[in-house]
Amino acid sequence: MEKFEKLQSTAVPLPIEDVDTDQIIPARFLKATTREGFGDNLFRDWRYNSDESPKANFVLNNPTYSGKMLIAGKNFGCGSSREHAAWALYDYGFRVVVSSFFADIFKGNALNNGLLPLVVSDAFLDELFQTIENDPNATFEVDLEAQQICILKSGKKESFDINPYKKMCLLNGYDDIDYLISIKDEIKSFEQQQIVF
Amino acid sequence: MAKTLFDKIWDAHVVSEVQGGQQVLYIDRHLIHEVTSPQAFDGLRKRNLPIYSKERTVATADHNVPTLNQHLPIKDELSRFQVDTLTKNCEEFGLELYGLGHPYQGIVHVIGPELGITRPGLTMVCGDSHTSTHGAFGCIAFGIGTSQVEQVFASQCVLQTKPKRMRITVDGELHKGVLSKDIILYIISQLTAAGGTGYFVEYAGSAIRSLSMEGRMTICNMSIEMGARGGLIAPDETTFEYIKGREFAPKGKDFDQAVAYWKTLFTDEEAVFDKEYHFQAADIEPMVTYGTNPGMGVRISKQIPTLSEAGNNASFAKALNYMDFEGGQSLIGQPVNFVFIGSCTNSRIEDLRLVADYVKGKQKASNVNAMIVPGSQQVATQAKSEGLDKIFEAAGFELREPGCSACLGMNEDKVPSGEYCVSTSNRNFEGRQGPGARTILASPLTAAATAVAGHLVDVRELI
Ligand code: SF4
Repeated sequence: MEKFEKLQSTAVPLPIEDVDTDQIIPARFLKATTREGFGDNLFRDWRYNSDESPKANFVLNNPTYSGKMLIAGKNFGCGSSREHAAWALYDYGFRVVVSSFFADIFKGNALNNGLLPLVVSDAFLDELFQTIENDPNATFEVDLEAQQICILKSGKKESFDINPYKKMCLLNGYDDIDYLISIKDEIKSFEQQQIVF
Repeated sequence: MAKTLFDKIWDAHVVSEVQGGQQVLYIDRHLIHEVTSPQAFDGLRKRNLPIYSKERTVATADHNVPTLNQHLPIKDELSRFQVDTLTKNCEEFGLELYGLGHPYQGIVHVIGPELGITRPGLTMVCGDSHTSTHGAFGCIAFGIGTSQVEQVFASQCVLQTKPKRMRITVDGELHKGVLSKDIILYIISQLTAAGGTGYFVEYAGSAIRSLSMEGRMTICNMSIEMGARGGLIAPDETTFEYIKGREFAPKGKDFDQAVAYWKTLFTDEEAVFDKEYHFQAADIEPMVTYGTNPGMGVRISKQIPTLSEAGNNASFAKALNYMDFEGGQSLIGQPVNFVFIGSCTNSRIEDLRLVADYVKGKQKASNVNAMIVPGSQQVATQAKSEGLDKIFEAAGFELREPGCSACLGMNEDKVPSGEYCVSTSNRNFEGRQGPGARTILASPLTAAATAVAGHLVDVRELI
């Protein structure tokens, strides 16, 4: 996993609630056996018509918006556990998804892949959408170390929560597996005292 | 200290604590399938690691398999490659695989219980969110992503923050024609698609107790559809009776010992939940969904909420627009051309029996394409031995071979764009059953009755 660096970027607004992982990456694109290349099919059915032509009114096809941040309505990532959703967002170029609420499994998957699911208040989320609406080139700063997101123009900031262990992993590019392997002896001795029926 | 059932099982599986409240949770059973495992096997290869515990790992092919001609090579090249990759990976890492053609093959959440792999008190994971199904046996079962599949491969553990506890109690007697699927669709419509996020749910109450294991599995299966990590039901005689004699279930003395332990698995009377909900079975009707998430469900005799009742929410409007429904409309009489009976929610033998019972001597409507996909080879074999296949055939229903099929539209079983499909599966997301497909979730009984009528009906008036 790559280290998560402090980031300044414009953002792509997606003010839709309950965006499920079937929208992020439809099942028919889950046939690949590697982690790469899912970005091409990110939001496939919102992005393209059935004849493969881009849908002009979808935000990813609108050159006005770009950036490493996706800002989305609440309950982002609900539905299937497919980690392909996090891979697709990352592969497309996003490093942060901001919402006021994330589905559990998606959140875990994102964190395991260097994609930061950043939870803000409903009010701040509205403010972010408003800011982009007024100026699509507005820049935002995400400082994971300080746990802060900032609208650079207005200087408005909000702090966000993150599990300290997960924060450490993101900042250093560690993944859980390194840790789990390092405690193998502990796992072995746990197993020995366990009675399973 | 008084503990909930969830706490009892969870706490007994914590290996250690990491900073910030994350815990290392030991996993007793790991189920894998072809779609979410290849990248995890690759990870092991890259790190040069073996599978930590082969005996605790169970593999099958289900998501991406055809439901016709399973004895022939898979036609779709990518699908074939993915299924073959699972076979190769299982060979290389020494795992037993219930692949295509194996008598135990089937949807991962159908085969675990029917083989006696799923048992009370265990922790179980799978790279699939409907792993929550297994909770019906009083175990902790939840879906994980592929990175975590790799963690379990490598260490038999996952790092997890302990969810909060919720209890949902449903008391009273169900009306005729109301099934467990209706109970869970009703609950989700009340709590919304995000109402359970952050929680692990225990289902309790007399209406839940009275359900068969199949019915309980349907309930726990859809826990994830309200955002909950999983759901569970305390084991009782119904549970023990179901497990007894199954292929991998403990036998003889071991079984008696197991039952003695399983009987300790219940929520202590004084135990406290972070959140509680109570519902009355009598309030529940056959349910249908009208929108694009499972929380958008309505009792069949009621109208879809209007936009203003939904607080003029833009996502609500978008969903109705996708479904081509109007706020305030009733769904009774809605023409439907596709009916899908299958998925890990409703493809067990009990579901097929119930459908057969309803359609026996009837004919599907001429406008309807009705497909039944059994959950496993064992279900398919059982259905045939009971002559259900003949009943389906006579009624014009197509009986396929086992797999996930049109639940997720990964193989060629898709619903055409713009068409309505009454489906016994668990997700009505946009395009879930094929690009542009419009899914209406319902019980197997409502699905069967819709297929016969050619439009949505209130099944209570027909039985
Ligand atoms: S039947 Fe559907 S929900 Fe169940 S495991 Fe298969 S794809 Fe997932």
